[in-house]
Formats: sequence, structure tokens, C-alpha cells
Amino acid sequence: MHINMKIATKYIVVLGLLVSLVSCQENSRPNYQYMPNMYEPIGYETYQESDAFPNGKQGQLPAEGSIPRGDFMPFEIDNTVEGFTFAKANLTNPIDAADIDYDRGGELYGIYCGICHGNKGDGKGKLVSREKILGVPSYADVGRAITTGSIYHTLYYGKNTMGSYANQLNEEERWQVVAYVEKLKADLEK
Amino acid sequence: MKKSYQSLEDNPTYNMKQVIYCSLTSKIFSLCLVLLLSFSTSLIAQDGDPVNGKSLFNSNCAACHKLDKPMTGPALRNVEARLADEQGLDRAWISAWIRNSASVIKSGDAYANKLLAEWNNVPMTPFPQLSDQNISDILAYTAAPKPEPVVVEGATDGGAVQTSGISNDLILGALALLFALLAMALFLVNKTLNRFAEAKGIEVEAENKRTPLWKAFVQNQFLVLVTAVVFLLASGYFVYGFFMQVGVDQGYEPVQPIHYSHRIHAGDNGIDCKYCHSSARVSKTSGIPSLNVCMNCHKSISEVSEDTFAEGMSEHSVDYNAEIQKLYDAVGWDGTGYTGESHPVKWIRIHNLPDFAYFNHSQHVEVGGIECQTCHGPVEEMEIMYQHAPLTMGWCINCHRETNVKVKDNEYYTKIHEELSKKYGVEELTVAQMGGLECGKCHY
Repeated sequence: MHINMKIATKYIVVLGLLVSLVSCQENSRPNYQYMPNMYEPIGYETYQESDAFPNGKQGQLPAEGSIPRGDFMPFEIDNTVEGFTFAKANLTNPIDAADIDYDRGGELYGIYCGICHGNKGDGKGKLVSREKILGVPSYADVGRAITTGSIYHTLYYGKNTMGSYANQLNEEERWQVVAYVEKLKADLEK
Repeated sequence: MKKSYQSLEDNPTYNMKQVIYCSLTSKIFSLCLVLLLSFSTSLIAQDGDPVNGKSLFNSNCAACHKLDKPMTGPALRNVEARLADEQGLDRAWISAWIRNSASVIKSGDAYANKLLAEWNNVPMTPFPQLSDQNISDILAYTAAPKPEPVVVEGATDGGAVQTSGISNDLILGALALLFALLAMALFLVNKTLNRFAEAKGIEVEAENKRTPLWKAFVQNQFLVLVTAVVFLLASGYFVYGFFMQVGVDQGYEPVQPIHYSHRIHAGDNGIDCKYCHSSARVSKTSGIPSLNVCMNCHKSISEVSEDTFAEGMSEHSVDYNAEIQKLYDAVGWDGTGYTGESHPVKWIRIHNLPDFAYFNHSQHVEVGGIECQTCHGPVEEMEIMYQHAPLTMGWCINCHRETNVKVKDNEYYTKIHEELSKKYGVEELTVAQMGGLECGKCHY
């Protein structure tokens, strides 16, 4: 009986060791690294925490008034009702008709717009048919009577429940999407 | 919820109206009723079809109005009765406002101008296409009483979950008890048998003294050698395996500050990966979407549907609505506008290449046209995001050896592609054959 107890304790110790070994391999923690000197960056990484700035983030907004390099034109129409009315009446597509690429516009439309507005622009996207988002109008809506300028203004600033897409699409892409939306509108009104 | 509309549809007044339309003989009767209707607002509220009203409301009004919560415009529950009681405005005013609010404002109507100022001077979209019947349908829908929150159903759901948990525990407990009883019974039987044997004077035979097993094993040199070789090979295998997985985070599944379900967003709702990870199209990193991208939809989705909520509670024990609330707290959204008090969400990075390896998302996603799932696995089925691929160099190289590059319509390189094809004697070039294995492509 005495010897049995001894063997039992041995088994229990070995089992305990095995369990603790296995439990070290947990998926909620990253794995061990061997000599991580070249794995970890020396400079700041995007979105990293940092004490250097008051809000504790590495990622900062560009200084006010700064513009990106390249042929950048600021969008000078305001995000107001007057701005919208002005854009609706006056703004036109700066891209040459020859450079308008409906395939690319359609692809971008499918990623960013079709999920609510529907791939035909009838306001019946997947989120609408699943009743997640409501009240998405058709592009052929009479009361809204969308124009090139109003589409761009809405895409740039958002309108009502729709958010701004200025950070997901660059200027050229936005105009390609606007051209595609106008095509959808024309198709709907046929 | 549906039930309440059906009961309204079966409303006797509604049926009566149909009867009135059918009966041609009693013209005076109907004339009287029309007069009555035009003077009594409470009766007007019931002459529309709330079911049709709901679909009209959802397709036209719901972009800016909710029934019980202010959005871009005011909440519209009982709007007709409210306007009649508080402002003394009738349906004619409402119809004029809906069809063209701008002209009502221009006419100098005091309440219309007050309303515009109250809602940040954002004019309401005109709806000239809505007929009188449409408007009365919509108003009938808004006049429907607020459905009681389904508390009973939720409680039974929670109860069911708990009972199922208890029943599992119960079964396990019962099994453990059973085994304990069996063990005790065996022990007791053994004891009594021994006692019987002792009482009857039968000697239990003592075991013969033999060489113990381990001594016999040590004496057999061949067996010792074989065991040593097997042991060395096995330990070599495991040690190699252990060292090879150091630094590999395959399966890494951290707990994120907000429980974001890729399954619901990318799977059930079919939102494109690039909707949120838009920089994967154009830059080196796929990027963690900033919170304004979340708010593109969650401005109007503040609660998940009842089914989704129940599913989250029972299958993942997550309160999805509380998670959406966490987003609102982080972005500083009070339900109608931004408070300006925001704080960053500390997402935990999962996929992380070592600093000495270069990887470019746009090169793979946009130029190569590779599906996100090729490397990231079935993200649209993941309730909690985890690292699908090992992200080791061997894994990269293997894909570069196997994948053919789409060289069609790439006129600039046509000549060099043709020469390479001739050199390797193949129809289609793999990434490796185009230099995808050169050290400097990824390490510099």
C-alpha cells in the first residue's frame, strides 16, 4: 500500500508537469520569439502607443492646412446645405470622358456602395434587404433628382445617415464612382 | 412585432372602409362618412394601411427618421396626433410638408421655420411622388402603438441556455457519482471476500519471487539499445518540432477590446473585406479601419436584431449590443451626434511579419488579384479573428513557386514575359520564375 502511494504521487507530478507545459501553449498570447532583436522594429510602428504626443498615439493628423504631394486640388465647397446646393448646380466631373473607366468605377462601387444602394442603384442592397439599414433611396428618386455635383458632394461629406467616403476613395476614384452612379441612374430611368 | 400589424390589418374600421367603397348604393352614407373623417383626426389616423405604410416608411423616410429615436430628423411615432394636439396642424399641412417642405417654409409658416432651425437648417428631401393614400398609409404606420419589448421571450431564452448548461453539469456529476459508487462497491466486495477467506482459514497464495521486470529489461542489452535509439529519435522529433514553432504565431487569437465578429459583418451581411480594409487596395498595409468607417453603418444600427442577439448570448456568450455601445463610447457618439470626447480603441495586432521581411498588400490584392482568404483563411466564418497561416518564409516561398502570374493585358512587359516563357519552356510563369525567390525582393 505504501509503495503504491509513492508511485501514484510520481504519476501525479508527471501529469501536472505535462498539463502545465500544454497550458503554456495558449492562443490568446503570442508565441515565444528567439532573439527578437531583428523582429521588433526600432522606429515607431503605425498606430503604436507613444508618450511623445499628448493623446498617447503614434498616429497623428497632419498639421492643419498641409496638403499631400502631387497634383492635389483642395475641395473648396463646404459641408453645408448651401455647399450642397451649390455643388448640385455647378460641380462637374473633371475627368475626360475618354478616361472614365466603368469597369473600375463598377468595382469600387461594388465594394463601397452596392452593399446599401444595391448593385443596380435601386436602393436594395444586401444590408437593406436584410433590414439592417433602411431608407436607402433609388438613384432615380424624383424628389432628390441627383446630379454629378450632388453625388460627389454626398460621397465626399456624407449626407443624413450616409457617412463620408473621402478617406476610403481618393479624388480620382471618387469621380470614377460618380460616373458609374450616373450610368446606373440613366439605366434605371430607361 | 408582425402580429400587431396583422391585428391592425384586421381592424374593423379598415374592413368597413372597403365595404363602403364596394357599396355603390349608399352614396349619401359615404358622403357623410367622408365629412366625418375630414373633421375627426382620430378617425383619419385609422384609414391608412399600416402594412403598406411600413414598407413606404422604410424605403422613403427611414433614411432620416426613426419611430422612437431622433435621427437626422425628429422621431415620428404618433406624429399626426402630436402635431394636431400641440400645434393644431392638420393632415393638409403634413402632406404639404412631405411633398415640398421648402415651399411651406417659404410661405412663412411659423412652425415650419421653427422646425428647420431646430434641426440644424437641414431641409427635408421633397417627396412629390407620394399620393394621398401613400401618406395616410405612412401616418397609419406611425400611429401604431409602440411594441412592448419582448421580455418574456428573452427570459425564456436565457433560462433555456442556463438549463442546458445545468443539465450538462448534472450528467457529468451523475457519471462521477456513479463511478465513485462502483469503485467503492468493488473495494467493499474485495474486503468482504478477503474476510470470508480469512474466516474459512484459506490462505491467499503469496506470489512467487521472480526477477522484477525492470531488472530483466536492463539485463537484455539488445532491448536497451533499441529503446535508446527509439527514445533519441522521438525526442529529436519533438525537440525539432518545438524549435521550429518558436516565433510562429499560427492560431494566435487574442481577446480584442471590442468583440468584433467577422462572421456577422463579412459572412452574414456580405460586406466586402476592402470596404473596411480599404488601404489593402492601395498600400503596403491592409490597415485597421478607423472608427468613422464603423460609424458609416453603426450611426443607424445601434442594436442588433433579436435573432442575432439571442445567437450571440447563447452561442458566444457575447452581448452584441454592449459591444456596439463600446464603439459609441470610443468614438463619442451619444445617439444623435458626436460629443467630441473620443478615445482610441487598443486593438491587438494579430498578423505581424518580422521587421526584416517586406510585404506589400496592394501588390498581392490589387496587382496579383489574390483573394484575401488565400492567406487569412475563412475570415467570413470567424467569430473571433485568428491567424490562419503560419506566415513563415517557407510558406511564402511555397506559394511563390506554385502560383502563376496573370501576365495578360500587361503590354509593357509582353516581350520580357515571352522571353522568360521561352527560357523556362512553360506556358504560364510562376512568381518564382519571375524572380519571386530572390532574397532582395523581401529582405533588404
